[in-house]
Amino acid sequence: MNKVKVAVLGSGNIGTDLMLKLRRSEILELTTVIGIDPNSDGLKMAREFGFETIDTGIKGFLEKPELADIVFDATSAKAHIRHAKLLRDAGKKVLDLTPAAVGPFVVPSVNISEHLDADNINLITCGGQATIPIVHAINRVQQVEYAEIVATISSKSAGPGTRANIDEFTQTTARGIEKIGRAKKGKAIIILNPAEPPIIMRDTIHVLLEDQVVDEERIITSVNEMAVQVQSYVPGYRLRQRPFFDGNRVTVFIEVEGAGDYLPKYSGNLDIMTAASVKVAEEWAKHKISKVTLI
Amino acid sequence: MESHRDVLITEVALRDGSHAIRHQFTVDQVVAVAKGLDEANVPYIEVSHGDGLGGSSLQYGLSLTNEMELIEAAASVVKNAKIAVLLLPGIGTMPELKEAASLGAKMARIATHVTEADVSPQHISLAKELGLETVGFLMMSHMAPTAKLVEQAKLMESYGADTVYVVDSAGALLPYQVKERIRGLKDALTINVGFHAHNNLSLAMANTLAAIEEGSTRIDGSIRCLGAGAGNTQTEVLVSVLDKLGIQTGIDIYKMMDIAENIVAPILEKPQEITKDSLVLGYAGVYSSFLLHAQRASERFGIDSRDILIELGKRNVVGGQEDMILDVAAELANAK
Repeated sequence: MNKVKVAVLGSGNIGTDLMLKLRRSEILELTTVIGIDPNSDGLKMAREFGFETIDTGIKGFLEKPELADIVFDATSAKAHIRHAKLLRDAGKKVLDLTPAAVGPFVVPSVNISEHLDADNINLITCGGQATIPIVHAINRVQQVEYAEIVATISSKSAGPGTRANIDEFTQTTARGIEKIGRAKKGKAIIILNPAEPPIIMRDTIHVLLEDQVVDEERIITSVNEMAVQVQSYVPGYRLRQRPFFDGNRVTVFIEVEGAGDYLPKYSGNLDIMTAASVKVAEEWAKHKISKVTLI
Repeated sequence: MESHRDVLITEVALRDGSHAIRHQFTVDQVVAVAKGLDEANVPYIEVSHGDGLGGSSLQYGLSLTNEMELIEAAASVVKNAKIAVLLLPGIGTMPELKEAASLGAKMARIATHVTEADVSPQHISLAKELGLETVGFLMMSHMAPTAKLVEQAKLMESYGADTVYVVDSAGALLPYQVKERIRGLKDALTINVGFHAHNNLSLAMANTLAAIEEGSTRIDGSIRCLGAGAGNTQTEVLVSVLDKLGIQTGIDIYKMMDIAENIVAPILEKPQEITKDSLVLGYAGVYSSFLLHAQRASERFGIDSRDILIELGKRNVVGGQEDMILDVAAELANAK
């Protein structure tokens, strides 16, 4: 089977972690890593692995567009707005790991099938990737009136971009809870914990149902099934306790341990973003290959 | 009424006290307290959900009354006092700060964990743009050494804060530690330095006096100790003590006593005292608003609330992590 060629745009922590994950993919072939600093860790490592490296940013890639059909953008929201237009004009499919939200929101375990033909999708936020599947899993059993998520991440795993623009996290995640999780109203809270050794990402999902819980076991089964689905691309995704029930209220506790590829294991918040984007690209690639076969 | 003040007091009962009454403030209560405090010439009155703007949540407790209504009501009855609001980036957002300002808030206090000041630049700059007096509020100050606290306070100063507070959210600091921290900030900053105490170890007054001695000119108090945990420095007592020390607050002592006795005491579900649980908050260094949540988890899981709080202290849980209370209680119950 022919693999689909992909490139990573951005040679920072996220881009480098993506590179290590993509090396393992049986459907995607990483050909190129694009950065702007030839001395960055990411570009150095890419050269060692024998990938094509470009240190002149998007411009350099557009001179050799045949290198990839799918591009992962791990730069910044501001840069992505520019990249999105250029890559669309070049006919590339783009996975946006920044908060730019140019394309539709996707959580692979929930709504990837709706966006197989999109040319740009956005991965929402780490908190969204971790919690929206659970909101969706509850909502498919009983209508969720209100869902509130609390993401606690280690201080070390929150980069300067997230810190300087923390409202972007809370507001984007809340939107994702409503649009993809299908809660009538969503709210998100983020807490940074500086403890040493760093804590693993934890998320608590508090939900109010429209009515009293009808069948606790059905909700638990739905949540467990969803957790297994997320684990297929984020192996360190775990439910911490049996969900709590109280009237029309449900609380679910999860933790996300990273795969420890380039980023340390405690930063499950970063890992779930890179893992989810690889999962989406793999689904795209399968879709593309199946279309080609049909023709 | 302009008066000379050596120390500027911010009354926090209508924000920090929200924790003690499970966020059940009514418009009538807030109006009565704010009006009284204004007449007693209190310069700043903070009104918000206990966890700041946007704090109304399943995680911290839903507000009975929308805080924006409370802010608007308070702002409409004060003549001289300024209404302050608290905002914790990660919980509250900039649109909420704008709304509060449009309803009459004049001061914004932007709070972060003591080591995480760099999540506050957007909110501090927005507050300044809105023309609000702006305070950086470094919570859980006992969890970092003075050098770290100074580094973080300087960040807030660089973002534009007019004042930085040492916030003893757990009521865990001892007087010598308060002195060291306030002195560190006074030496390093050019802006005002403030102090916010909790009385969990019965040290709120001693710590506040230590802070003032080292040059702190912005001080928080809660009337009748209406604050989280065992409450804060009791405002009416503080202004009396400062008066005896010859330190002017400009606040009318007699009026404060009357508000405490006649308006605030009836709001409290029970008198504020240092119970075994609030003592453990200070002893273990745990965020004061965990108190009622830990008591509920204790009932639910049949675990001593002190064991839950001590375990949370061991895990270095920070402000806002109320979900950890249930999680830890369930874990302790499973282990039994």
